[in-house]
Amino acid sequence: MIADLFPLATATLAAVTCGLLGNFLVLRRLSLMGDAISHSVLPGLVIAFLIAASKHPIAMLAGAATAGIITVVLVELVKKLGRVEPGAAMGVVFSLMFALGILLIERSAVRHADLDADCVLHGQLEMLMWYSAPDHWSGVFSWATLEAVPRQLTTLAATWMIALAFVALFFKELRIAAFDPALATTQGFNATFMHYALMILVASATVASFEAVGSILVIAMLICPAATARLLSDRLLSQVLWSVAIATACGVVGYIGASAVPGAFGKDAVNAAGSMAVVAGLLLGAATIAAPRHGLVARLLHRRRVGLATAREDLLAALYRAEESGGAGLSTGRLGDLLVGSSLGGALRGASRERLVRRDGDRVTLTDAGRRAAAELVRTHRLWESYLVDQVGLSPDHVHDTAERLEHVGVRPREGPAVDPHGRRIPRRNG
Amino acid sequence: MVPPALLHAHAPAGHAHGPGSLADVTDEWPTWSQVVETLTLRAGFNTNTVIAGTTLLGLAAGVVGVFALLRKRSLATDALSHATLPGIAIAFLVAPWFGLQGRSLPVLLLGATATGVLGVICIQAIIRHTRLHEDAAIGIVLSVFFGAGVVGLSYIQSNAATGAAGLNKFIFGQTAAMSVRDAVLMGGIALTAVAAAGLFLKEFTLVCFNDDFAKVDGWPVTLIDLGMMALMVAVTVAGLQAVGLILVVAMLIVPAVAARFWTERIRYVVVLAGLIGAASCYLGSVVSALLPRKPAGSVIVLTSGVIFAISLVFAPARGVVASTVRRFLLRLRIACDHLMEVAFERSAAGRPRTLDAAEIDRVAALRAWPRWFRPLVVWSIRRRGLARTGPGGLSLTPEGLVVGARVNRNHRLWEQYLISYADVAPSHVDWSVDQVEHVLSDELIAELETQLARRGIVVPGTHAEGAPA
Repeated sequence: MIADLFPLATATLAAVTCGLLGNFLVLRRLSLMGDAISHSVLPGLVIAFLIAASKHPIAMLAGAATAGIITVVLVELVKKLGRVEPGAAMGVVFSLMFALGILLIERSAVRHADLDADCVLHGQLEMLMWYSAPDHWSGVFSWATLEAVPRQLTTLAATWMIALAFVALFFKELRIAAFDPALATTQGFNATFMHYALMILVASATVASFEAVGSILVIAMLICPAATARLLSDRLLSQVLWSVAIATACGVVGYIGASAVPGAFGKDAVNAAGSMAVVAGLLLGAATIAAPRHGLVARLLHRRRVGLATAREDLLAALYRAEESGGAGLSTGRLGDLLVGSSLGGALRGASRERLVRRDGDRVTLTDAGRRAAAELVRTHRLWESYLVDQVGLSPDHVHDTAERLEHVGVRPREGPAVDPHGRRIPRRNG
Repeated sequence: MVPPALLHAHAPAGHAHGPGSLADVTDEWPTWSQVVETLTLRAGFNTNTVIAGTTLLGLAAGVVGVFALLRKRSLATDALSHATLPGIAIAFLVAPWFGLQGRSLPVLLLGATATGVLGVICIQAIIRHTRLHEDAAIGIVLSVFFGAGVVGLSYIQSNAATGAAGLNKFIFGQTAAMSVRDAVLMGGIALTAVAAAGLFLKEFTLVCFNDDFAKVDGWPVTLIDLGMMALMVAVTVAGLQAVGLILVVAMLIVPAVAARFWTERIRYVVVLAGLIGAASCYLGSVVSALLPRKPAGSVIVLTSGVIFAISLVFAPARGVVASTVRRFLLRLRIACDHLMEVAFERSAAGRPRTLDAAEIDRVAALRAWPRWFRPLVVWSIRRRGLARTGPGGLSLTPEGLVVGARVNRNHRLWEQYLISYADVAPSHVDWSVDQVEHVLSDELIAELETQLARRGIVVPGTHAEGAPA
């Protein structure tokens, strides 16, 4: 277990760094820029490696940054000259860059030095195993531990701190730039500058995470935690905090699950980076279904509630109109015809529970309270019709359907004409 | 086979070798005769079948890619291809239950199609049912499905008893590993796709350019759109083995974008994209046949990349060189126009119709011409016979006077139009008019004259007169 400490920490740090920065990509609809950058830094890395003859972080970073800038410039060029949509321009550039990177890897001897094509995709966390780990946790807290920390983990920790500092320092600026770049510029700081700073950080996070977890996990972590958090929260700060928590969960659960779940069935461990991406997907799926405000269940319930309320109001109005034309209540069969498409049973149950209607066998009549509520509704409906005819200028035979929807909105005007465009009396308030 | 990652973990070799140079290749280089033999399809039946199948696939990918590009689905294709990986792993694991060979290509492609389509459905569902946008949806599906596929492959590699060495080829592609039957299957799918695209070219074009109009006109737009998607899926899945799932997107969109630089007509774009795709795949698979260990996908994609780069720079319709030249010529013409206009205004005010150096300097400063641009403008004016060098500077010819009068008149026409119809304040029109006065067509000028005449505004001077009335 202690041997897993370094790969686990590396995986989690990579997830958190990418997850943190991903918030601003997802908000600015730049998710795929993360995708593009993480593919197209590859040739930069390989060439930097060939020139510097080592995997020194500075050299790698320089190579990746160069490749990143070339990507951005090429995307702009293709977009402008080819007049194609940004997605296509991005796709052309990053797939060509990636192909170049793969070919460079295969053509040179780089792959003898742990930069092979498969590792580029799903990393090599297993490389970071701490084989000389002490047998007991108490042994971990010593200087020897610091010396054993792998280079990838140190690089990632540094990147993580820079990203954290950047987001903390420029949170306000990032927020304005994310939601309204034009406002940002009028507020006196440069939104374009923030954009490029963010892109450079994304490229650095990509490079720092690359070796350990591979490019696919970088993409997953840039997008999924932020997207999940976006479903869970409506405020940027809480979204950022959520995304960090989710990224941490992806790292820990994904890494442990990669060996624990197959282990439970007596099988060998699966790829940890892949399983982290799967965990991210599962969390997103769960949020899609169960998020408190934006989840499918919550929205379904909300829609049902609104539908029931509307049906109940329509029921009351129908009964009121029947009384107006001299009838005393309506049969449930007739009501079913009038309220076609909405839940009559639910509406009737709700209305009788609140003593707005009385049920007498098959016949439904309004109570006094029900009549007051219904008068208010019919009044709103007819006032809307008057408004649509008098102020909007629609013709009288076109306004009913619109008024039918608007009457449920909950605006209850105090004054208005006494007669609607069809010549019917508009009930007085509370009358 | 041991997963490469584990291999490294147990034997962190390589550092001892040190990094190599680009030319450090351990493969045997083929001889010239081998190259020519393979290029001319004389390298044996099997190789030829694979090359033919791959080339057909390139043709199909190029053709179908045009529609993916026009429907703005380039990156959705990327997500689709990444989403095929878990399907391949699942098909491999599940096939034995049905008594099928896990490694047979049709079974694997069936699995690939299933999860690929599932991925596309997921993208649509995320866009429709959550507050996330398309870019996030694509990224999510791409990474999560691919992650699941990686998990599946690593599971197979470390746990399945039978060899799973072949599955990796779907990630980076390897035409050399293809059997004749695989190639025939791939070629068949490709041919069908090309035939379908040819047959429904009109319908596809209609939906790509104006689906609302198509809907109003009574076309089954959803069905046509599904047809396009089906072709996209078919080509993507068929292309997995040739170029690998990461680069299949390039095979679809690079030829289309490259073809777009050459022509504005969709028919030609489709044909050209098909040819570019076929050529890249042909060259790529030949290289792959000669150097079996090289990733064919990269070679194919980079070949199309070279064609793309050539198109980007040199294509006459939209290439960088052509559009730079065209823009420069326009700028030169506009500069000449300005100079002629100034000369005309001077002559209309009764001053000599020559432009001395100081006057040209003034215009150059006003229009912010760079230093090298001035002599070019003067040269261009003289070459077009609009002015001659006289004793006092540039002296306008009658033709030059006509040009000056026309520009001047266009300027005033448009100015009047903006003031009387667009409600632009008189003090604000001058600058915006400067942009437009050079590009007014004769029809538009006639239209402006009628419109203004209707309001009783007559701008004096006509083309022929060359001087204000």
